[in-house]
Amino acid sequence: MRLKNIGYRYEKRWVLKGIDLDLRAGEILGILGPNGSGKSTLLKIMDGVLKPQEGEVTVRNKPFHGYKRSAFAREVAMVSQENTFRFSFTSLEVVLMGRFPHLKRMQFEGSGDIDIAVNSLRATEALEFAGRSIHDLSEGEKQRVFIARALAQEPKVILLDEPTSFLDLKFKRDIFMLISSLCCEKGLSVALVSHDIDLVAQYCHRLIMLKHGNIYASGDPYKVITSTNIEDVYGCPVLVDSHPLSGRPRVNLV
Amino acid sequence: MIERYRAKIITPSKVITLSITMLAMLVLVIVTSLVLGTADVSFKDILDIILGNTPQDDPIRLIIFRIRLPRILLAGLVGFALSLGGVVFQAILRNPLADPFVLGVSSGSAFGAVLAMILGFGFGLGIPLMSFAGALFTIYLVMMIGARNIGVESSTILLTGVIINAFFTAIIMFFISVSADDRLHTMLFWLYGDLSQSRYTQLFIIAPIVLIASIVLYGFSKDLNIITTGEENAAQLGVEVEMIKKASLIIVSLIMGLVVAFSGLIGFVGLIVPHLARMAFHSDHRLLIPVASIGGAIFLIAADTLARTIVSPSELPVGVITAFLGAPFFIILLKKRGSQWTRS
Repeated sequence: MRLKNIGYRYEKRWVLKGIDLDLRAGEILGILGPNGSGKSTLLKIMDGVLKPQEGEVTVRNKPFHGYKRSAFAREVAMVSQENTFRFSFTSLEVVLMGRFPHLKRMQFEGSGDIDIAVNSLRATEALEFAGRSIHDLSEGEKQRVFIARALAQEPKVILLDEPTSFLDLKFKRDIFMLISSLCCEKGLSVALVSHDIDLVAQYCHRLIMLKHGNIYASGDPYKVITSTNIEDVYGCPVLVDSHPLSGRPRVNLV
Repeated sequence: MIERYRAKIITPSKVITLSITMLAMLVLVIVTSLVLGTADVSFKDILDIILGNTPQDDPIRLIIFRIRLPRILLAGLVGFALSLGGVVFQAILRNPLADPFVLGVSSGSAFGAVLAMILGFGFGLGIPLMSFAGALFTIYLVMMIGARNIGVESSTILLTGVIINAFFTAIIMFFISVSADDRLHTMLFWLYGDLSQSRYTQLFIIAPIVLIASIVLYGFSKDLNIITTGEENAAQLGVEVEMIKKASLIIVSLIMGLVVAFSGLIGFVGLIVPHLARMAFHSDHRLLIPVASIGGAIFLIAADTLARTIVSPSELPVGVITAFLGAPFFIILLKKRGSQWTRS
């Protein structure tokens, strides 16, 4: 997936300007930045929900507008924060919704689709609550179901918007471990937006840091997460040292 | 392990089996309603008619074919359409409390019909067409006013509906009051839902349209499932959200327009029946659409039979019965569950 010179504005205010970005196969890209820096907007553009006024998103060298909505959904899946279940569906049914772009209008899910859904649930360790209503799950469990749904789409790219908000420490770690293993094993590309700088530094291969809708810094975590960058972008004094085990950068508030 | 999950998945055969069961119940209810009424008719009379043992001019035969059957069939079609409309509204607005009546779409449609009568478009296609225009206009209004946070704040949508309802009802009442027409009484009766004016010609107009509409909407059922979980989500999963929303709202306006033109304002059918169907079966529209629609037909036939027998030989507008049952039902839902829907 490639983004070329993306610009997006709400009314007259440019939220994103001149964004160039490549997402390579099998990598985890972390998108950092303070509130209002355009992170979520960028993700929505990558996902085709928002149309940029400038520039172009291409997936496998084909521009977004060359895809039908369902064909695009077979390439790119999104795990968003917008999940308002007004009606009750079981986890398995939610994951089966991920098969939608693969089915014809009047076609019902076949046994092949059920196998894919069950395997996706197994991959996110959510199979045990396959039969339970989505309403009865905790936030962490729901997040696993939504990631399973994204997997059931069998995409090449998965986008995650704040996958670890609302989650406790253990689930945060579990979700990132899961994302890492998916990238390794299935060659998926992942782009995620997060406020958890430490976790992102720990698990992402590459980071970009946004400030006022521009890419302020990009590269590997060592290069991006420095006390000067963070002070500049977040406007908050910090001390960056390294994680005692992995050696990845770690942010301490001062 | 996997087999257990496989057994729970919705398949075409499950949908067909359940639909046929519901249709069998519908036939049972129709036959029972044919028997009930001011004039005495027995099951044996009906059997005789079916077997062709009754002469053409037999009074019982006339009562059944001229009076009861067309009325029952109209009630069935209207109930079917109202319930179908309720299901689709609930999905698109992501609100289990939405229903054509509650949202003001029925009264908007009635306003169109009344306007047609006053402007003298007669009882040809003028009234249904204006009624359709009224329904479409009201849906547009509801979507405009409530569009910003649809589903997020269900009370906004419901409040919008209440206001639209009050406004159109006031206009209709104004028209009725100022016009010196003798049709005043019929119109008032019609406002509360009246199925007694049923003619076979009306049925021939409504039946094919409702049938085609339901088939098209059934084709949208997987899309509707996903739209209930959020529009951005749905777009991401490959649903053509805008197209589905527009197409289904236009189709629903069309059938609401027809239904209101021929039967007046019958409230709450689109709320009660889909609700019970969800409770008993499922949120999946592939099952919900047929079950709720046929259930709507059964419900309204039963309600109308009650309306014409309860104060026999006089009769009530059927809307009185449905509102009598529906309003408390609505309050209980609002109080117990708020806007959140959980399968019990």
